[in-house]
Amino acid sequence: MNDTSQSFVKFEKIDKSYDGEVLVVKNLNLDIAKGEFVTMLGPSGSGKTTTLMMLAGFETPTNGEIFLDTKPISKIPPYEREIGMVFQNYALFPHMTVAENLSFPLEVRKISKPDIKEKVQKALDMVELGNFGTRFPAQLSGGQQQRVALARALVFEPRLVLMDEPLGALDKNLREQMQYEIKHIHDRIGITVVYVTHDQSEALTMSNRIAVFNDGVVQQLSTPDILYEKPENSFVAKFIGENNTLNGVIKEINGSSCIVDLDNNQGTIKALKINVNEVGEKTQLSIRPERVSINDGNNEENSFTGKIEELIYLGDHIRARLDVCGNNEFIVKVPNEGNFSHKEGDTLNLSWNSEDVRALDI
Amino acid sequence: MEVTISTAELLTTDGIPLKQSLRKAERRNKLRAFLLVFPLLLFIFVTFVMPIGDMLLRSVDDSQINSVFPNTFDEYKNWDKGVDELPPEEVYKSLFFELANGDKRQIGKALTRMNYAKSGWKSLIKKTTREIKKIVKKGEEPVSYKDTFIKINKFWGDPTYWYSFNQMVNDRSSIYYWNALDRTFNEDGDVVLQDEKRRMYIKTWLRTFKVSVYVTIFCLILGFPVAHLLANLPLRYSNLLMIFVLLPFWTSLLVRTTAWIVMLQQNGVINGILVWLGVINDDGRIQMVYNEAGTLIAMTQILLPFMILPLYSVMRVIPKSHMRAAQNLGAKPATAFLRVYLPQTIPGISAGGLLVFVLAIGYFITPELVGGKDGKLIGSWIAYHLKTTLNWGLCAALGAILLGIMLIFYWLYNKIVGIDNIKLG
Repeated sequence: MNDTSQSFVKFEKIDKSYDGEVLVVKNLNLDIAKGEFVTMLGPSGSGKTTTLMMLAGFETPTNGEIFLDTKPISKIPPYEREIGMVFQNYALFPHMTVAENLSFPLEVRKISKPDIKEKVQKALDMVELGNFGTRFPAQLSGGQQQRVALARALVFEPRLVLMDEPLGALDKNLREQMQYEIKHIHDRIGITVVYVTHDQSEALTMSNRIAVFNDGVVQQLSTPDILYEKPENSFVAKFIGENNTLNGVIKEINGSSCIVDLDNNQGTIKALKINVNEVGEKTQLSIRPERVSINDGNNEENSFTGKIEELIYLGDHIRARLDVCGNNEFIVKVPNEGNFSHKEGDTLNLSWNSEDVRALDI
Repeated sequence: MEVTISTAELLTTDGIPLKQSLRKAERRNKLRAFLLVFPLLLFIFVTFVMPIGDMLLRSVDDSQINSVFPNTFDEYKNWDKGVDELPPEEVYKSLFFELANGDKRQIGKALTRMNYAKSGWKSLIKKTTREIKKIVKKGEEPVSYKDTFIKINKFWGDPTYWYSFNQMVNDRSSIYYWNALDRTFNEDGDVVLQDEKRRMYIKTWLRTFKVSVYVTIFCLILGFPVAHLLANLPLRYSNLLMIFVLLPFWTSLLVRTTAWIVMLQQNGVINGILVWLGVINDDGRIQMVYNEAGTLIAMTQILLPFMILPLYSVMRVIPKSHMRAAQNLGAKPATAFLRVYLPQTIPGISAGGLLVFVLAIGYFITPELVGGKDGKLIGSWIAYHLKTTLNWGLCAALGAILLGIMLIFYWLYNKIVGIDNIKLG
């Protein structure tokens, strides 16, 4: 997929600065294949929207070049790029009806009236708003407006669709429903989508690949499962999903694994060596809560005890906040099998597989 | 099975009808709300509704003269113009006594009114009154009042004078409205054009419209880009620009108008610079003030904020993403502007346009000062009659026509654009 000849969108050494002092995007290299659903995920101010705007043509890269279908596009104005876009607040034109909104991109392309009518109807049917053509955007609910925006971005059959936090304004249920709908539409018509969001569950649900942005740099670009299970640095580990951290110093390195001395003499842990290089280096260990098991304390490696600080009942599981090795924010998820009888203040025996502990940068 | 639909009133828990209970609960709030707005209502009534009502009444009022010559007018109505050349003896007799015993000041007022109907009345009556007073003093009773009158002045035998009474015998008259449109009544009571040298209102009305339309258009052309800048510049610059827009607002109208005289007059700043630059000759200085051009320039500048502010308030809330979305969808910037941005500014354009037009149509001070002879608007005539000729009936009629025109525009506007679309801030 990273083969240049195959990539449909290619960012090459992109830098972007607004004021000449701060780089909002630093040395961005990103390849997107045709038909792929790629999400740019990151906290606000991480440069993901700027990247999207450069692709749409509303911002110019300070350095580097973006290729679309192997052609450089920096010199092409936005209205000739043939890229559809769903804006954060939909940007539906309030003085036009839904059908007029959808006809607009076709009319400016001088497509014949009957064709426009047919395409608009098809696009409306696709988002299940077939009968809403004569309404004005203000007469629609948030979810319906969202679909109209989606239909408008697709109706002129663009080469690529960009979505800038399109679900940010919807409530939780609707957001989840729309996530599936967008995903299904993508599956059905096979268009390339570049999606921007700060919501990690949205990214995990919808994407083929996710680029995690922070501080203008792509921290990791991977499929959702790899991103979650094998984060390559502590930012990704913390940003995607829930994560327990323990700080320490590398004591020993044995091939792909290492031994870490925890701070304040809290013990040693065997972990996978991921983002550390030498003995004596400081490291942050990352363990997913669901990979920690509670047992009788007979396990040989990575066996610890934790004092229960807080128990939260969540129906299908019980969320226990423990004090483990000096970290009192250590979360364990206990499946609700009906036999968990511990109280706050009790001490539990914990263990985990050393493959599930990743030694990352700090 | 029978279904009974209950039509009984809903009751509260205590058994009081729900509606009654609700009314009682809301009465206090309503009363308080009313008391809060009452001073304002009163103020509006006294300072707005009453003067306008008074003006409208005054524009058709003709009762003063009827109270001065009640008997004469009564008798006059019995005159069959087809049969007798002159009014019957009783008319002369009533007029004789009403002139002899009437209040001098009231008669004076009535004479002014009579002169509107036919010039010459004032001097005729004044002369006649003097003679009548003499006759009364001597204690003589004339044999024929008609002959006495004609003996005093031969005009009393001229029926055209008597015909002009026709316009005055009713309490209500449309004469002021016809006057305001350069028309008057002829001897038969038909509406005819005034003498050519007395026709000036139609001309002024047309000029008023022309100037108002031009000022509105110029304000739109000049104001639109400024409002756009205001709405889209970073806050730092837009605040500064806003001060430049508002600064003239805080300056006295008179100062601004006279400043324009300084700028535009033949020995003024602009002509001076043009001569200095060699664009025009010293003896080819352009006349830019004391004519219509001066009125247009000064009024455009003075009314510009009224266009910019509504436009700005509308443009400020148009999301910037709309232009981007339009371009993203394939529209060139010009198309995007025309089809997406411009239609969304219509509430602002129409609000600003209506505001500027309505203000311009009734403008007075600026055209009066910089307009010279051919730059005066209808407001100048209203002021002239109000202060100089004291023909308040005509003033009221001119004002009422102005009001009517504005209402028509308002109605048209509502039909075309919809008044809900207006946005002033």
